[in-house]
Amino acid sequence: MSTTATARSFGDQVLDVEDLRIEVHTDAGPGPVLVDNVSLKLRQGEVLGLIGESGAGKSTIGLATMGYSRSGCFITGGKIVFRGKDIRQMNREQRQDLRGHGVAYIAQSAAASFNPALTLYEQICEIALRRGLMKEEEAKADAVRLFKELELPNPESFGERYPHQVSGGQLQRAMAAMAMITKPSILIFDEPTTALDVTTQVEVLASFRKLIREHGTAALYITHDLAVVAQIADRIMVLRHGKMIEVGDATQILQAPREEYTRRLVAERTVANQNLHQERAAENKPILEVTNVVASYRSLTKVINDVSIDIKRGDTLAVVGESGSGKSTLARVVVGLLPRSSGDVRFQGESLPPRLQDRTRDQLRRIQMIYQMPDVALNPRQTLLEIIGRPMEFYFGRSKAEVKVKVAEMLRHIDLPESFINRRPGELSGGQKQRVCIARALAAEPELIICDEVTSALDQLVGEEILRLLNRLQEELGVAYMFITHDLGTVRRIANKVAVMLKGQLVAYGETAKIFNPPFHPYTELLLSSVPEMRADWLDEVLSKRDRKAR
Amino acid sequence: MAAVDVKSPVKKSRGIRLFGHRMPLSAQIGFLIIFINLFLMIFAPVLAPYGEGIVPTDMTKWAPPSAEHWLGTDAIGRDILSQLLYGARLSIGLSLLTTIIAFVIGIITGFTAAIMGRWVDVTLSRFADLILSMPTLIFCLVIITVVMAREQGFVDATGVSNAFFEGMVIVLVIGFLYAVPVFRLARAVSMNIVALEYVEAARLRGENIWWVIRREVLPNAVPPLVAEFGLRFCFTFLLIASLSFLGLGIQPPYQDWGSMVNQNAQAIFIGKPQPLFAAGAIAILTIGVNLVVDWLLSIYSRAHGENA
Repeated sequence: MSTTATARSFGDQVLDVEDLRIEVHTDAGPGPVLVDNVSLKLRQGEVLGLIGESGAGKSTIGLATMGYSRSGCFITGGKIVFRGKDIRQMNREQRQDLRGHGVAYIAQSAAASFNPALTLYEQICEIALRRGLMKEEEAKADAVRLFKELELPNPESFGERYPHQVSGGQLQRAMAAMAMITKPSILIFDEPTTALDVTTQVEVLASFRKLIREHGTAALYITHDLAVVAQIADRIMVLRHGKMIEVGDATQILQAPREEYTRRLVAERTVANQNLHQERAAENKPILEVTNVVASYRSLTKVINDVSIDIKRGDTLAVVGESGSGKSTLARVVVGLLPRSSGDVRFQGESLPPRLQDRTRDQLRRIQMIYQMPDVALNPRQTLLEIIGRPMEFYFGRSKAEVKVKVAEMLRHIDLPESFINRRPGELSGGQKQRVCIARALAAEPELIICDEVTSALDQLVGEEILRLLNRLQEELGVAYMFITHDLGTVRRIANKVAVMLKGQLVAYGETAKIFNPPFHPYTELLLSSVPEMRADWLDEVLSKRDRKAR
Repeated sequence: MAAVDVKSPVKKSRGIRLFGHRMPLSAQIGFLIIFINLFLMIFAPVLAPYGEGIVPTDMTKWAPPSAEHWLGTDAIGRDILSQLLYGARLSIGLSLLTTIIAFVIGIITGFTAAIMGRWVDVTLSRFADLILSMPTLIFCLVIITVVMAREQGFVDATGVSNAFFEGMVIVLVIGFLYAVPVFRLARAVSMNIVALEYVEAARLRGENIWWVIRREVLPNAVPPLVAEFGLRFCFTFLLIASLSFLGLGIQPPYQDWGSMVNQNAQAIFIGKPQPLFAAGAIAILTIGVNLVVDWLLSIYSRAHGENA
């Protein structure tokens, strides 16, 4: 069972990429260089992890190995040799023959990649049938075998379902089956587990690894999460801004990174265990008290059921759970977007009206929200002056001149240059946009800020900076946070209290140290054990532990 | 093109640009047609060789094109070129006014439906369906006939002129009817915008609905609405022309292009080209506006990043 990555031996070389260069070309002339001078080799059975932040060129390289580039991008230099033949020299038919047959691709979002109107069989077997590689019965039999290997439920009938009838994790595995049906030499995994919950991620990761090992397929595994790639890759290549930073054995990258950038990536995960939150003078009176709240969307099923929490001044309460656990709904009930059907929400001792429309301006001001996607949380047609200045004008009736001075002050406060005041969100990076969202919330001088997955759309290192900023602001202003997240690393980092939610109910609630140390609630333990750790044998350990438990 | 911008660091590719987008030849032609029409419309009194509706003393029916009458004369001897130029004012002016009314009503109701949701949306949408279920032209004919029957009473009571009253009836009726498709578009476009978090943030702040419409939704809904404006202008223009052709639109002595086609129609039977001039003017302007609209729509449908 425990085949450690380094001990494996590999076959012939299947892919040889040399000095690959990919550029953007628009009507207006040459644009940025996406991939600059990247070389990689892949042998039969070997898994190479490509890791880097968004914009590092990982996916672009992955697509290039199939001789494909997104519209507007062009492969302008280098060689991509697949089994002795240069893909760049091939004509259209040869390339199409290669795709799906020689090289297959597994995309990040299976839900968006499957056609909802066709059954899984039709889509999984399509390529094999269209190329005339197999007869329909053969293809179906092969699909069933793959379903079994991927540990999908009811492999015999699984393919008869439609994409919406299976879960996200199962769909992602179905996509792997689709890729494997033609027995390709190379599989390209493009962030295949990023959209999944941690507990599902473990299962999917395990079945992908089993699949690769059993078929001896070579694979490129693209991800931004170093801990995930550590479980599956034999070698890791670190990319940044389209350039190769470092390449080496998985264990070497993790344990003895040579480059500064890699060291920072590795370190980000290891510091994740220190808590930033500092205890402040304890205040006994909670500012937010949620008692026995029940809420549902039109239907009768309760999305949150009998939840009680409270938050004191200067507290950071993390609400954790998988998607669908009701953690975001809890936030919507607190702010009044979704009226509660029973229970009470009290702020500073006074009961808040359930509906947003019935709350006073001052009640609204005291609770602010920061969203997951800074891209859609800021109006692209407004300048930062308008965005950050509006709450000041709206809640405090400040004059134009006053607002301008205050906004400049606020920009300094969140570490953005004052000159940004007339920029629009489109001119900012993701991390900068999230800072603006924070500034907009602070401009209302709130007592509680609800942070809904604020770092999950950001790159690791950028997310870390945002967490530090939030923490610093808390120390300076004493504001309380309700931190909604599925990332337990973030929780350990920032929260002094944790509420764990499962199917709309609170399963564990208390001090961070208490929740994250034994004795655990079984679900908390499952969540905790599912967070990938930065060592190659983590997945084996988790699986064998669970095996033992199951017996 | 006289001054070359030496400082510009990025060398722009050749071609005419608008709002930073390169304009294809078809759109350039479209703009040219629109500009010429607007120019002729504005300067009609200066350019027209004869006054509006004036029958020259040397009256000749159906005179062929000549040095005095470039496009000939009509059934009662009026100069067709002059009539065409003055007709442009009515046709284009009324269409613009009507389209603007349709847009103001449609956008406000559409955005309100999207933002308020629930029963406001249901009520407005079902009402829109009701209007849409009737053919526009026939609906127009019915309403205008009914209103016109009481024309004299209204004119006597308010003291406005008959022509003004008739013009306003047409503008308001078509404006109202065409507000419905605009409502549907505005509602659909703003539904997508309302779901975005910056709108939610504004509502959480406690902003009133008017502020949300004006500052958060409208600026982001502009591109599809501009494209629709061009298209809707053409429809209005054609509908007014159709009404005039049917004799219910602009009444003599005023003439718009539609009524010119109507009144000159008989000339076709005696093999004269007169009705073709007004019909041609309608066709050319419609094509011109459509060329521009096509281009605007193609910008809107492009990938997001390219618009930034």
